[in-house]
Amino acid sequence: MSRYDWLLFLHVASAFALVAALVLYTVLIAVVWTKDIPTDVARLFRISKVGDVLIAVGSIGVLVFGIWLAIDADGYEVWDGWVIAALVLWFVMGAFGARTGKIYNVARDRARSLAREGDNAPNAELRAMVQDRRGLWFHTGGIVVVLLLLIDMIFKPGA
Amino acid sequence: MLAAIRPDSWNYALFLHVLGAMILVGALVTAGTAQVLSWRRSDGSDSAAFARLEFRTLLFVGVPAWFAMRIGAEWIYSKEKWADVPNEPDWLGVGYITADLGGILLLVSVVLAGFGARRLARADGGSTILARSAGVIALVVLALYLVAVWAMTAKPG
Repeated sequence: MSRYDWLLFLHVASAFALVAALVLYTVLIAVVWTKDIPTDVARLFRISKVGDVLIAVGSIGVLVFGIWLAIDADGYEVWDGWVIAALVLWFVMGAFGARTGKIYNVARDRARSLAREGDNAPNAELRAMVQDRRGLWFHTGGIVVVLLLLIDMIFKPGA
Repeated sequence: MLAAIRPDSWNYALFLHVLGAMILVGALVTAGTAQVLSWRRSDGSDSAAFARLEFRTLLFVGVPAWFAMRIGAEWIYSKEKWADVPNEPDWLGVGYITADLGGILLLVSVVLAGFGARRLARADGGSTILARSAGVIALVVLALYLVAVWAMTAKPG
């Protein structure tokens, strides 16, 4: 395998990790949506740890190996329009992800603290937190941006 | 930089194939994580909740994603006219074997996860063997698809 092959594999594998994290978060948001019992919410949020690792590894990996590929591969340059578009989309994705994470981490921490205190009755405040529309919109925005990134990578407009 | 520059008409098929494969891997990661988390807990309600999550993820996310991946694969296969090539490259064979074998195993894990989740819900903390088996199979399918990702990108042979 050439260096190009390895870089391409690592770039694509990172993209898979990134999308896997988004799928995991989407499933998590869907299943906690109707929950208001602190231990139920806290329990389900445990799967988010794997998503946190995947999103970190995936988002850094696609950027690093993508730029490396653009520099290394003949025929592509970092200043190609579709590569610049991907870089812009990557930053937008990061902004959406940070906002989404902040909103849902508050809900997770609240569920954990209620569970620790032994308060396991249905909690309206917790339900409002897991059903936060801003969190849902930021997450949806992140998914749309990742779809645009995938379209940009495959169609390479202007290349 | 997912692949070399190719005609736009091929890109739609590739987009469907790659998107399906990515979502499928995400579903397997989610289901596998849920199952591994339930192994580490002795609480019966934990096992039941994670088994239900595993089953629903595999059924409602994994299975449709597998079809998207497989339909995209067949579509691009016909676009690139691989059927006319006498000796298909190794990476294509790896892709076919992993996709189809993975599909069968995915189906088995959905059935096991479904029965496992039902049993756990009814008995409230009963045997977790079916759900556990489904989780192990989901992780095996995940490993198979990681090999497929390597074969599809590095294209050995």
